[in-house]
Amino acid sequence: MIEGRTGPWEIVIGLEVHAQVVSKAKLFSGAATAFGAEPNTQVSPVDAAFPGMLPVINRSCVEQAVKTGLGLDAEIRLESVFDRKNYFYPDLPPGYQISQYQQPVVGRGKVALDMLDGTTREIGITRLHLEQDAGKSLHDQHPTLTYVDLNRAGVALMEIVSEPDLRSAEEAGIYLRKLRSILRYLGTCDGNMEEGSLRCDCNVSVRRPGEPYGTRCEIKNLNSVRYVMQAIEYEARRQVETLEEGGTIAQQTRLFDSGPGATRPMRSKEEAHDYRYFPDPDLLPLVLDREWVERLRTELPELPDAKKARFVSEYGLSPDDAGVLVSEKETALFFEQVAIGRDPKAAANWVMGDLFGALNRLGVGVEQSPISAKQLGSLIDLIADGTVSGRLAKDVFAEMVSSGSDPGAIVEAKGLRQVTDSSAIEAAIDSVLAAQADKVAEYRAGRDKLYGFFVGQIMRATQGKANPALANEILRKKLSG
Amino acid sequence: MSEPSLLALTLAEARDGLARKSFSARELTSAYNDAVSEIELLNAYITPTPERALAMGEDADQRLARGEARPLDGIPIAVKDLYCTKGVLTTAASHILDGFHPHYESTVTDKLWQSGAVLLGKTNLDEFAMGSSNTTSYYGPVENPWRRPGDNRPIVPGGSSGGSAAAVAARAALAATGTDTGGSIRQPASFCGIVGLKPTYGRCSRWGVVAYASSLDHPGPMTRTVRDAAIMLRAIAGHDPRDSTSAPVPVPDFEAALTGDIRGLRIGIPREYRVDGMPREIEALWEHGVEWLRAAGAEPVDISLPMTKYALPTYYIIAPAEASSNLARYDGVRFGLRVEGESLDEMYELTRAAGFGAEVRRRVLIGTYVLSAGYYDAYYLKAQRVRTLITRDFVTAFEQVDCMLTPTAPSAAFAIGERSDDPIAMYLNDVFTVPANLAGLPAISVPAGLSRDGLPLGLQITGRAFDEETVLRVAEVLETAAQFRHLPGFVAGGAA
Repeated sequence: MIEGRTGPWEIVIGLEVHAQVVSKAKLFSGAATAFGAEPNTQVSPVDAAFPGMLPVINRSCVEQAVKTGLGLDAEIRLESVFDRKNYFYPDLPPGYQISQYQQPVVGRGKVALDMLDGTTREIGITRLHLEQDAGKSLHDQHPTLTYVDLNRAGVALMEIVSEPDLRSAEEAGIYLRKLRSILRYLGTCDGNMEEGSLRCDCNVSVRRPGEPYGTRCEIKNLNSVRYVMQAIEYEARRQVETLEEGGTIAQQTRLFDSGPGATRPMRSKEEAHDYRYFPDPDLLPLVLDREWVERLRTELPELPDAKKARFVSEYGLSPDDAGVLVSEKETALFFEQVAIGRDPKAAANWVMGDLFGALNRLGVGVEQSPISAKQLGSLIDLIADGTVSGRLAKDVFAEMVSSGSDPGAIVEAKGLRQVTDSSAIEAAIDSVLAAQADKVAEYRAGRDKLYGFFVGQIMRATQGKANPALANEILRKKLSG
Repeated sequence: MSEPSLLALTLAEARDGLARKSFSARELTSAYNDAVSEIELLNAYITPTPERALAMGEDADQRLARGEARPLDGIPIAVKDLYCTKGVLTTAASHILDGFHPHYESTVTDKLWQSGAVLLGKTNLDEFAMGSSNTTSYYGPVENPWRRPGDNRPIVPGGSSGGSAAAVAARAALAATGTDTGGSIRQPASFCGIVGLKPTYGRCSRWGVVAYASSLDHPGPMTRTVRDAAIMLRAIAGHDPRDSTSAPVPVPDFEAALTGDIRGLRIGIPREYRVDGMPREIEALWEHGVEWLRAAGAEPVDISLPMTKYALPTYYIIAPAEASSNLARYDGVRFGLRVEGESLDEMYELTRAAGFGAEVRRRVLIGTYVLSAGYYDAYYLKAQRVRTLITRDFVTAFEQVDCMLTPTAPSAAFAIGERSDDPIAMYLNDVFTVPANLAGLPAISVPAGLSRDGLPLGLQITGRAFDEETVLRVAEVLETAAQFRHLPGFVAGGAA
């Protein structure tokens, strides 16, 4: 909701996400798809639209789209059709993009969002279809010429269209992160927004609560969650201000400029292309075998929602903690490797606390963690069996981050093993109390606060290695004796 | 053997002569290279390739000498310049493909070279295969080797495979490849007095053939006899994984299907093909055809194809629609002609205005129009529905009959320029050939007689999908009965 001068407004948002399919070859040619190759080195005559060249569907891209559809709990359409979307541009060699218009491979589905207030919201998926990416126009290579790199031309994209179910920039952000997480779990898109593997168009409109949808504007080609949220915020405010000043919203395609954080018009409805869609006569309808689809369904990996539920029921984690741990497939895997056979809550605390902190400082993801799950597990074992105190374990952890060594080796090398020999602790306590006889007297006279002072002195005397429980027990006995 | 007698051989005879070593592939190729030069004034070839032909002929001789002969070893063949040929200029008879030398070989021509055939050169055609008279070529019109007796006006060879038809008829190629989108193999075959076979859609790969209308384009052979067509088809047919519309079906030995026995076959005679204004002589020839097949033991059956009258308008919506999209790639960016402009849009406009001829521009505009928002349902979608009904007509008819006999074209060839002022009249040339393209069915034109003014006329056999064997068998019986021995006024080497 936006509180305008004249009352509240509801924001209505639908997203079109373009997700690059993880695949070795392009959607309709055998050319490679690796990111960052030299310009025009991954181009087949089909991609460059030479005369007489014909597209042939890449089965593995279809499989990825179907898996994604299954992951979105969506209808898999056993017959779908590829259409041509016609327009002229140098980075589109055939003069048309092969896409799916009226008969997409995946129909209605849904995504569950975990809202910040702990509730769950279901967002409808309208459809998912396969289409080709275009090449890249390079305007900065020459003062007067535009260069074209066709490496990306023909790479498979999944366009995932949501219903206009989102109601705030924040929800859009949660949706996008959730969708990205599902795609990464499925291994169908790497979700790398910096490399352009995931791009987003936002449809935004505003309305008075309870009224019909307002006129929407589409903001094109946003390549980060932050930009998506900023663009929606700006666009919704712009529309509210326009309407409150008595203006009307023109249906437009707009661009987001991250500098000022504003959207500006790209083209109006009147200037919109007539794409002259028609079924591509070079391709037969895409017909899927029901049994094949069902086999893919049974082979799906555990997805974030199911994993979260299992983490709550199996490990006794709070829904919030479970949600954090499952948001990235790699984190969830790391956590489970640490948690199995150990106290899951301790594992969760270490992963979400110290490990996340360390990774944040290093600016890396859990895949590049300097500490392996096995190593973190060993550290938790050392705490559990009393080898190292919880306090010293923090130091061991820091040493593990910087050196990469195993916790056991660090404990031995630095002599951090906890002292659990009661006679040794008792000796240390005796010498502390003997040296501080006046303080002992004060304590016994009623200055209870001095207790902590004695504990500190004892820990100093034992270099922190005294088992705290034992030390407390003996100290209390001595002081009261 | 003297040169004219080499040129007079059919493909089957030349193949057998080579096998018997009556002459060498080099001799045969050389005779045909000379023939190609001799008929230059017909403008049938855009790019002759005599050196390549000789080299290929010598390779064939070596294989023949080693006893490793391939099915078409040493057979000199012309290729419609719509097929991409590796390293050889490929023009589609359009200015816009100036200087285009493909770095790949079309599947069909590759199969020909794998079978040992020899490339004589690339033949002229209507620009992008759009036309029925071979007058829309950027490289100028092709002349038919036939003339009306006592009338020296040049005659059209038909189109769009007019160069291939003229070359085969004038004995400047033993056989040729053509492509047939609305009749572009069969109508020129009829106009030039040769055999033209449009196979079933999916029988021959379209990979590497410059596209006109993808769902209607059919590569196929043009030959002097039905047997030659059977031999050629076997060489060029087969499933191609690079063409998604290519059919994964086995390739039979089509020559073996030429048994001469058509007893008991039911031959459909569709009443809707008796169109208004069709010359009496064509109807008479058709009646002859019916009698010839009856005499050979087949049973003529009157049938109805009620949707026939919608075939031509349907074709002239679907074909331009697909063409408007297929030809978008000729934009001056990557290959062929570019005319520089002040802006990107201007470069596109100038390039395409200069690169495309009037007929191509007309069809691109029609196609763009029928696919436009607001018109799509009324034109393109409607046409697709009618296409389904036309196909259903054939399916129903083929429950009663084994194949159909009709004329190939509603007239004999006409003089160059005679009909060029009226595109609609020109489109009517395709009235009998277009239905088989819309339904994807195999159809062949066989020379069956002469018109009153001495020009060849063809009869057409249409069959069930992937039943080229029946089509060829009936066609051969028709060919034998028609005894068409006439030669055009102009043949390389003179009449043997």
